[in-house]
Amino acid sequence: MIRYAYIIPFLPLLSFFINIAVGKRLPRKGDWLSLATIATCLAMSIAIFIEVFQAYDPNFRYHVVFPWITVGDRALLNTGILIDNVTAVMLLVVTIVSTLVHLFSIGYMHGDPRYSRFFAYLSIFSFSMLGLVLAESFLFIYIFWELVGLSSYLLIGFWFEKKSASDAGKKAFIVNRVGDFGFLIGILIIYATCGVLGYDQVFLAIGEGKISGTLLTLAGIGVFCGAIGKSAQFPLHVWLPDAMEGPTPVSALIHAATMVAAGVYLVGRVYPMFTPDAFLFIACFGLITLFLTATIALAQNDIKKVLAYSTCSQLGYMIMGLGVGGYTAGLAHLTTHAAFKACLFLGSGSVIHAVHSQDIQEMGGLRKKMPITFVTFLIATLAISGVPGFSGFYSKDMILGAALEFGMKSANPLHMIFFIGALFTAGLTAFYMFRLVILTFFGAPKDHHKFDHAHESPPSMWVPLVILAGLSFSFWYSGWFGTLIQKPKSVANLAGISAPAPVAPMEHAAVMTPAPEGESVPVKEKAPDASHGPAPAAHEGAPAGAGHGSDAEHDAHIAHRAHAIAMYSSVAVGTLGILLAFVVYSFGWINPARVMNALKPLHTFLQNKWYFDELYEATVVNGSKAFSRGLYWFDLHVVDGLVNLSAQLGVFVSFLVGKFDDYVVDGAVNGLASATTGSGSLLRRLQTGKLYHYVFVLAGGALIIFLIKAF
Amino acid sequence: MSGPADTIFYAAAAMTVGAAILVAILPNILYAAVALLFSFAGVAGLYILLSADFLAATQVLVYVGGIIVLLLFAVFLSNRISDAKITNPTHFRLPAAAICLVLFGVLSYAAVSTPYAVKKGVYLPTTADIGELLMTRYLLPFEVASVLLLAALIGAALLSRPDRAAAEKGDMEEGKR
Amino acid sequence: MTLDKLLVIAAALFCCGLYTVMTRRNAVAVLMGVELILNATSINFVAFSFFLSRAMGGQIFAVFIIVLAAAEAAVALAIFLRMFSTTGTVEVDAADQLKG
Repeated sequence: MIRYAYIIPFLPLLSFFINIAVGKRLPRKGDWLSLATIATCLAMSIAIFIEVFQAYDPNFRYHVVFPWITVGDRALLNTGILIDNVTAVMLLVVTIVSTLVHLFSIGYMHGDPRYSRFFAYLSIFSFSMLGLVLAESFLFIYIFWELVGLSSYLLIGFWFEKKSASDAGKKAFIVNRVGDFGFLIGILIIYATCGVLGYDQVFLAIGEGKISGTLLTLAGIGVFCGAIGKSAQFPLHVWLPDAMEGPTPVSALIHAATMVAAGVYLVGRVYPMFTPDAFLFIACFGLITLFLTATIALAQNDIKKVLAYSTCSQLGYMIMGLGVGGYTAGLAHLTTHAAFKACLFLGSGSVIHAVHSQDIQEMGGLRKKMPITFVTFLIATLAISGVPGFSGFYSKDMILGAALEFGMKSANPLHMIFFIGALFTAGLTAFYMFRLVILTFFGAPKDHHKFDHAHESPPSMWVPLVILAGLSFSFWYSGWFGTLIQKPKSVANLAGISAPAPVAPMEHAAVMTPAPEGESVPVKEKAPDASHGPAPAAHEGAPAGAGHGSDAEHDAHIAHRAHAIAMYSSVAVGTLGILLAFVVYSFGWINPARVMNALKPLHTFLQNKWYFDELYEATVVNGSKAFSRGLYWFDLHVVDGLVNLSAQLGVFVSFLVGKFDDYVVDGAVNGLASATTGSGSLLRRLQTGKLYHYVFVLAGGALIIFLIKAF
Repeated sequence: MSGPADTIFYAAAAMTVGAAILVAILPNILYAAVALLFSFAGVAGLYILLSADFLAATQVLVYVGGIIVLLLFAVFLSNRISDAKITNPTHFRLPAAAICLVLFGVLSYAAVSTPYAVKKGVYLPTTADIGELLMTRYLLPFEVASVLLLAALIGAALLSRPDRAAAEKGDMEEGKR
Repeated sequence: MTLDKLLVIAAALFCCGLYTVMTRRNAVAVLMGVELILNATSINFVAFSFFLSRAMGGQIFAVFIIVLAAAEAAVALAIFLRMFSTTGTVEVDAADQLKG
């Protein structure tokens, strides 16, 4: 099946074309076509994953490349497919979530006038995302990157009659473009120095030293800029909350599970080329994002906005995780987050569908009315809060461990801030998520009319919820994930975070012998998910630098200690957060309104999203507008002035020519006429009519002839 | 030439030229007409000296007798009777005189300087010869001239009729029917 | 009496006649000048006939000149009379209808 992987993206593309062209005329408006294609992709992805899983090789790699554009013998551009463990997992994630969203949309978008077009857009998005995942070169990932951005624009602004929706679509696209600009610069640096664009070729070239030092860092940062844009990191996070204007299935698919994950995937894909400075840069941005957006989520009252900021925050976790060296951690969180966030979004969609409102201040007590939604939502919330046993705990704990390990290993004490910030924010996450759950599902209903109207959603809507909630347990991921997905060897050739050599299972076992859990053969066991599973076995215990044996043991020890501390502290913090949420919102021991009033300026600051939108509006937007006004002035006055001037000149010249024509040319003609007439009137005087004059002339003429003849 | 012949020649010549000059100069037409008469007479004299006896006779008859009379009639008929003294002021004198003098100079120079193959002149009666020639060799011009005279006669008569002649002619034609 | 003398006389006559034609205002006087000119040519013819050859051609020509002069004088005077009756004058200056 893996040989046929290249078919996968083209099925949804086909569905897109058909739905766009004749969708309205198909029976049921073509939703079954999109669903069928994406379900086929899902089946193929499952088959590929099974193949990959059976190989159970961390170094698994299926790479097909063939020249696309050739100049003589030299291939200018190559195209092809790259499938390794990460790709297989991503394929699975994308297709699962996409299929479930397709299913959900059948119920959610029922009756929408542009129903078939919605499914067409879902299809083009699926095509773009799958292409992105399968790409084997910078060029192709960039192409699909842009396509994904386009699909996002189309889907966010799906209800474009609403100005806020079309504005949100524009904002998403433009903010993404800003990030993509950095991405392009990164790619261009790579192409200019290495001359190739395929991942393997580039890593080879970097290993040979074609780029190094600052330039390599810059290239890495450039590529990361794409991730900043696409994954809504600070400072380009502003588009994601606005993107909630799109239909909820769109939010679930794109802005929770897949598209925003593309940035994380990119960082993971090009991991070998980052220098330690680049990694630090990445980690910082991740940290800022996760903290910033979590604080904003505390003060939001729209259910989707809370989830949107939560997404930003979790993406920050992933990015930071990758930045501090937690390759597996970051990608694990990506995978788990896809499941529970999609579940949360679809759940919110279900709630919105029932209550016809997005404001949690109007909800309350819905758990009785919508039990399935409640249960699935609760499971997903437990996952995101990092409660042990759930998938979120597995991945978030890995990230915290990696951050702590980074801080402990680093000479710079400031590097501990990554762990501290992430830990604190984990508590915040638990708090605001449970606030959401409590205000929505517990307590007394605040709007009775809406409460009475509420009802559970149809099966096409709760089936995906159940499936996704089911995937939010940690047992699904522990064990194989850590083994298969391991940090690739860096080609940046610099000491530090990028540790060499993905470790083979046997080596790993040898290293892990002193592990307290006694997991001597960690890999094939599906350890119970009560503990942190084989997370320590999966972490980047491989030594730094040149891989000295004693250093390896020392590092492994630190790593293990770090993970232990991280685990206990994250559980503690998470529990604290949940308790606080219940205390404030359920038990009512602390009145939220009084707290808000006490911290009014802080609360306003948070509620207004740290005034980022206003800042950008004032600087970037108004700056662009002013610039364009300036250009318009230039065009109107200078360019048009020149044009008008030349026209005036033409008029003037023609005026002169006219005068010339009047006076000189006509003058000549008239002059000729008057000369003729004048000479005529002169000559006519010869004809006097008088006889004697004629005789005189006659005689005179004859005389002259005689004289001439005579002399 | 012998003496008397020369004298007569010079006299005739003087009369001719002198009268001609008078014709040109005299303001009074009648005086000019009379001078013309004398000029014609002088020319007749010159003809005789050139052995053109018939021609001299014809000259006197036609010119002196006919044409001068005609001229006098015309003068009288074409001027107001009250003007007894018919003056004829002249104009344009200087340029005309210049031309004429120059012309005279050129012609006389041409006449004098050309070497003519001159034969001795013989005096013979010419009338018979002229008559014979008119009837033989110059018959056509003779006839043509007679036709010309006829035309001139009719034309002159017609032209000099008073205007009433047109109506009278019409009446006469009506009367005929 | 030589040929050249006669020719000079004829030339003088001719010039007088030309002068008369050019200067005189009265049409009849102009006619007189024309007669003078004709006479001058006749003298020329006869003189040449006498001095250069005995052929009578010159004299016959002179006869014809006389005939023609007479006819012409008659017609001309008739025209002058007509002109007098229509315009009341025989001045040459009055006949300038061909003025350009």
